[in-house]
Amino acid sequence: MNVLEYVADRWDRLSLQALLHVSAVVQCTVLAAVIGVATGVAVYRSPVGSALATALASTILTIPSFALLALLIPVFGLGADTTVVALVLYALLPIVRNTIVGLAGVDPAVSDAARGIGMSRFGVLTRVELRLAWPAILAGMRVATQMLMGIAVIAAYAKGPGLGSEVFSGLANAGSANSLNQALTGTIGVVILALLLDGIYVLVNRITVSRGVRG
Amino acid sequence: MAEKGSEIRLDHVTKRYPGQKAAAVEDFSMVVPAGKIVVFVGPSGCGKTTTMRMINRLIEPTSGTITIGGEDALKIDPDDLRRRVGYAIQQAGLFPHFTVAQNIGVVPGLLGWDRKKTADRVEEMMDLVGLDPGEFSGRFPRQLSGGQQQRVGVARALAADPPVLLMDEPFGAVDPITRGHLQDELLRLQNELRKTIVFVTHDFDEAVKLGDKIAVLGDRSTILQYDTPDAILANPADDTVAGFVGAGASLKALTLLRVRDVELGQAVTARVDALPSTVELGEERFVLVLDQRDRPLRWVHLKELAHAKSLAGAGRPVQDSVTLQSTLRDALEAMVNEGGRAVVTGNRGEYVGTLDLTTVTEVVQRLRANA
Repeated sequence: MNVLEYVADRWDRLSLQALLHVSAVVQCTVLAAVIGVATGVAVYRSPVGSALATALASTILTIPSFALLALLIPVFGLGADTTVVALVLYALLPIVRNTIVGLAGVDPAVSDAARGIGMSRFGVLTRVELRLAWPAILAGMRVATQMLMGIAVIAAYAKGPGLGSEVFSGLANAGSANSLNQALTGTIGVVILALLLDGIYVLVNRITVSRGVRG
Repeated sequence: MAEKGSEIRLDHVTKRYPGQKAAAVEDFSMVVPAGKIVVFVGPSGCGKTTTMRMINRLIEPTSGTITIGGEDALKIDPDDLRRRVGYAIQQAGLFPHFTVAQNIGVVPGLLGWDRKKTADRVEEMMDLVGLDPGEFSGRFPRQLSGGQQQRVGVARALAADPPVLLMDEPFGAVDPITRGHLQDELLRLQNELRKTIVFVTHDFDEAVKLGDKIAVLGDRSTILQYDTPDAILANPADDTVAGFVGAGASLKALTLLRVRDVELGQAVTARVDALPSTVELGEERFVLVLDQRDRPLRWVHLKELAHAKSLAGAGRPVQDSVTLQSTLRDALEAMVNEGGRAVVTGNRGEYVGTLDLTTVTEVVQRLRANA
């Protein structure tokens, strides 16, 4: 049985795994974006705060994903919870850093003018600063998504949802009839899904970034 | 355009930053008269911008009172206050992600105007600052030249019809020619609008051109002199002010006077189709040849007149002329170019008189004597 036959044969299960994989990654990216942007907004005015937040997020990223899962399983148990926590933590760094860089890159004259013509602090942040930092934030989310697609495979170790289970059972049964097919399906599936998501990011960028600031 | 300017009163205003010995602005008191342009001029770091920014409370004064139209500015909510005070800054500070129309419509939007009223107002403002709404309203700031950006900046500041306008070196970042145009336009606008404008610059020539009154500021925003431009030019209060006024005060004073303000002389004139022999020169040595619609064409000298067959080709053409709206400095320039009298023309380009160096000299001397 070759890969295509294998995929055709197990389409129902594989398509469900693919859907769960994408859904976990997208939801975790969105959750990380909410937390990451909030963190960025909280610290961007203070150089110390910015450095601290970036360093913290970087530190998380240096922890190997297996090690992080091993640390999280005792707290959150096997399953979706651990996966979500791990993925969100890994997604934070690019989003926090890009939020800080994006907000710090807003021309002070523009923020000053916004205050000067009577926008409230909240208005300046939401209507001007975040709008101008949005391309950078979106770029951070894009990197985060790509990263999570791969890391989500590892999360199958903690019995998380997605295509990782294919790869892991392929590994576990190395040498048996379908082990190569399983590993290949899981890997190629992740790559295809990652490319699809990346295409969606290009689209979102087109729709949500003002023509006045698009590169 | 309904709202005229209101008087701004600063009373013993001081700004002191924590941890700094000297105050940034010390005990600043001034009345900015309603409907006038007052220019703060002074070296970099003298506190002129800080002083201006306290009027709309982008910087909170440490002590003192500020009233706008009799109302205590320190008792108004700062955001409300700023919506009622126009604000234009260097390099315009336009929102790059908003179109021109969106930029101008921001303050009306903040004030809760409905869509239709805001759109009408935006169009009106674009006409006012000389930008065609059809062409420019959908553009983004980066698609505009520096001068056009500044126009949008001024339109945005004026959109909610504020009685008071604060301008912080708004024309500092554009080339000299564009700056001249923008200054002329501001004066034209002000003729119509009669806002109270506080204008900050470090360029004394700009101050002379725009200001009804100029405040020359020194360290800690101390007022070295607060007077009309001609009074400061003719009679600087001390050496620092004199240094700031710079060389050529008399020439600068000439930019304050218009050709229409002085008495014009008259040249002997002749129509271009007249016979040279019919021209009566009297005491004069030159005749000014005019075309059928009285526009000046050529100067013809006494000696050339004797040999000339017609006036159309004799003598030399008038190369440089000035209008009644030109400044005396322009007139002086024309005199130098023409090598004698400057020809003055009216609105349609018709001849109205001439101006010579003696008249200009007399005007300067009279200014000196009056001051």
